Amino acid sequence: MGQLFAVEIIYRGVFQKILAKNICRGIVLSAHNEGKPGLSFGRYSDSPERNGIPAKSYAIVATDDETLEAGMAQYSPKQVDITVVLDDTLCKGLESWAWMGLQAVNAFLKPNATLAVISNETVPALLKTIHVKDQPYELGTLKGVPSFSGMWNYKDDHTDVRVLGVIAKAVPQLFSFSSLEKYIATKLKDGALKVQSAKLAYERFSKVKVEVGQGNHEPLRTYVQPKWEEMREGTSIVGMPQGGAMKDPATGALGGHRPARSTTFLKFATRTLRPVTNFESCTKCTLCWLNCPDASFDVTPDGLYDTDLEACSGCGICEQVCPVPNCITMVSEHEFANNASQWAAFKKDKAAYKAWAAAKAAAAVPMEQRSYGYRYKGQYKEQIPAALEAANKG
Amino acid sequence: MATTAVVEQKHVEQEALITGAEAIAVACKLADVDVVTAYPIRPYDTVVQYISQLVADGEMDCEYIAAEGEHSQFEIVKHASVCGARVFCGSSGVGWMYAMECLTVTPALRVPMVAMVGNRALDDPGAFGVEHNDALSVRDLGWNLIWVDSAQECLDTALLAYRIAEDRRMMVPVAISCDGSFLTHSQALVKVPTQEQVNRFLPPYNRGELLMHPDNVISIAPQCNEDWVMEVRRSNYAVTERAIDVISECYADFEKVFGRKVGNPFFEEYMTEDADVVLVGMGTLSTPARVAIRKMRAEGKKVGFVRLRWFRPFPAEALAKCLSRFKAIGVVDRDYSLGSPYLSGVVATEIRTALYPGQGPKPPVLGFICGLGGREVLVPDIEKMTDFVSQAAAGKSVPLTQWIGLRE
Repeated sequence: MGQLFAVEIIYRGVFQKILAKNICRGIVLSAHNEGKPGLSFGRYSDSPERNGIPAKSYAIVATDDETLEAGMAQYSPKQVDITVVLDDTLCKGLESWAWMGLQAVNAFLKPNATLAVISNETVPALLKTIHVKDQPYELGTLKGVPSFSGMWNYKDDHTDVRVLGVIAKAVPQLFSFSSLEKYIATKLKDGALKVQSAKLAYERFSKVKVEVGQGNHEPLRTYVQPKWEEMREGTSIVGMPQGGAMKDPATGALGGHRPARSTTFLKFATRTLRPVTNFESCTKCTLCWLNCPDASFDVTPDGLYDTDLEACSGCGICEQVCPVPNCITMVSEHEFANNASQWAAFKKDKAAYKAWAAAKAAAAVPMEQRSYGYRYKGQYKEQIPAALEAANKG
Repeated sequence: MATTAVVEQKHVEQEALITGAEAIAVACKLADVDVVTAYPIRPYDTVVQYISQLVADGEMDCEYIAAEGEHSQFEIVKHASVCGARVFCGSSGVGWMYAMECLTVTPALRVPMVAMVGNRALDDPGAFGVEHNDALSVRDLGWNLIWVDSAQECLDTALLAYRIAEDRRMMVPVAISCDGSFLTHSQALVKVPTQEQVNRFLPPYNRGELLMHPDNVISIAPQCNEDWVMEVRRSNYAVTERAIDVISECYADFEKVFGRKVGNPFFEEYMTEDADVVLVGMGTLSTPARVAIRKMRAEGKKVGFVRLRWFRPFPAEALAKCLSRFKAIGVVDRDYSLGSPYLSGVVATEIRTALYPGQGPKPPVLGFICGLGGREVLVPDIEKMTDFVSQAAAGKSVPLTQWIGLRE
């Protein structure tokens, strides 16, 4: 048996699907420049045609065909040489579309392998969210704003070649920088400029050792799949009951309405953003509650609308339909460590909550400047200089 | 002859990193397909996405028609084909089933359509993963059905499919089944033949007297009573009597033109020479099968694997001859056939039928239902199934049908 290499790319569905595919192509073709066979594929249970859904792409490469086939027979690689996270908000873990519980981003790293994250955060900041692992590994960042585009278009901002530069540095046995350079120069548009970008990433990428026990200690949610005889017949699923009144944590009064929700499909990593509500400016117009596609708003006993963050998928419709300026603001998931109720915090200490919510809202990127989604022709071209500048600073 | 050799050197095969679905799109381009219809359903849709890209980039010239559903999609190409156009179509899972009415008339009207089935589980539950029941649903209607297991085989088979389908002795459709995700969405390095090679291998589409054209006035698809139907059916039955020979001939030509050895077109044997027991299966489960067979061989077990390519026409005589030399056989079905004999999968039942009239020994045939809805068939699953087959070979009583890889 020869040597098998596996690379795992963790990305956001739709927004980064083409990017992930292009990176995997680059891996296979760069390694092929050294005579190594390889192939690339998406994780089979994923459905990456959903906005923002966490998904995975892989490239596997071997020193010979039989070893590659042995790698293919494992389907999703269980031991990877490097994991690259294309959006740092995914560091909280992955919830696949096909629900498998919450999976840590470092779950499949071989001992001492590299976890590379595209982020402007520091390593200690990322480690607050990345779950602990029972083996040591190495963590490094590729400085930059996560690159998001759409289903049918691709933002050619050099993220692909920069990631490939990082891989050449972290796993030199997979492919050398000169093999990468040959791939970029012969197969990509603007080859000369992209070689420069790859080279900068290659030279600048550094990593730190993460010891066993370092990181986020929150337990990962797991889910036990039932045996066939334990399941209901007729492809039927038990529905949710109606739900009922909720309790005011300050007064103990019962009122409002909390719908019953799935106890297993809890959302967390499916979001890149979450709504932060300024309850004091809320006019109780009901629009957020009416328009939420996931029925994630609770009607509180005092008639306010509180997002259940285990149910919210972060789509931002509430922010768009809210008629009051700055009442609901979508804020990067990076600002939050848990799914605690904002309304409960508001009821407990209004002044403290107000200050907290204002600080979070101040950290938000204005709607028209958010990097994901495709709104007008020429938009990506306009964003490239700023993205390149951010990358060059790193 | 010397001139040909020079031409071959000048136009070398290119290598491309493409998915199985994209490989079929490339074959459509090389085959200069005239009419392509598209209606999206995963996992087949990547093939038409890629064709639309080739058309938009000016690399391929065809009528690309986005239909409003699978039924229309297959009707449009059926009519285009009758009028002399080389056509391509495809679908997956319930999309294929929605086109069922058109799928029944396509072989009856002797339409040499090439279709790709991105194998997908039928609803319910709605699922994207591979199951072979979609393509198998047309197994009695005159479609030629083949299962492939690599992106290279996708491309090669699509070229072969046009040659076979349009052979005047055939003039019936071919459906190429590709396991959803595992094959349709995995990118592998594929050798893309030159246009000159393809032109040498694939003559222009010629329906002859079956062409619907103002210069050749014919009417098709009439309403008949009992005085006519049996004779019409017999004419299509005659195609199936010829099919094995025509396919063999086309593969022999393929090897000559493209210089790639395929061997037996109908099934591929892996480490069977001195095997006591073998597994038989279709599609991409060949990958874990080959890996597991190598592992078991290293442990001294005499085991092998037979990958069935052509399911229609079913190579009964050759397969019976091959399989009767083993002590026991296990058939891995990525399909179900509820209420069938011994409650086995489709392929297991067909293999038992193929063995029955043979003169040779009749080894026990165990059926395994496995890998449904895209569940991975893993190396330990293959080992487990092979162990059951070895027990049957040793004369032990083993159930005729078992589910493998099920939560129970």
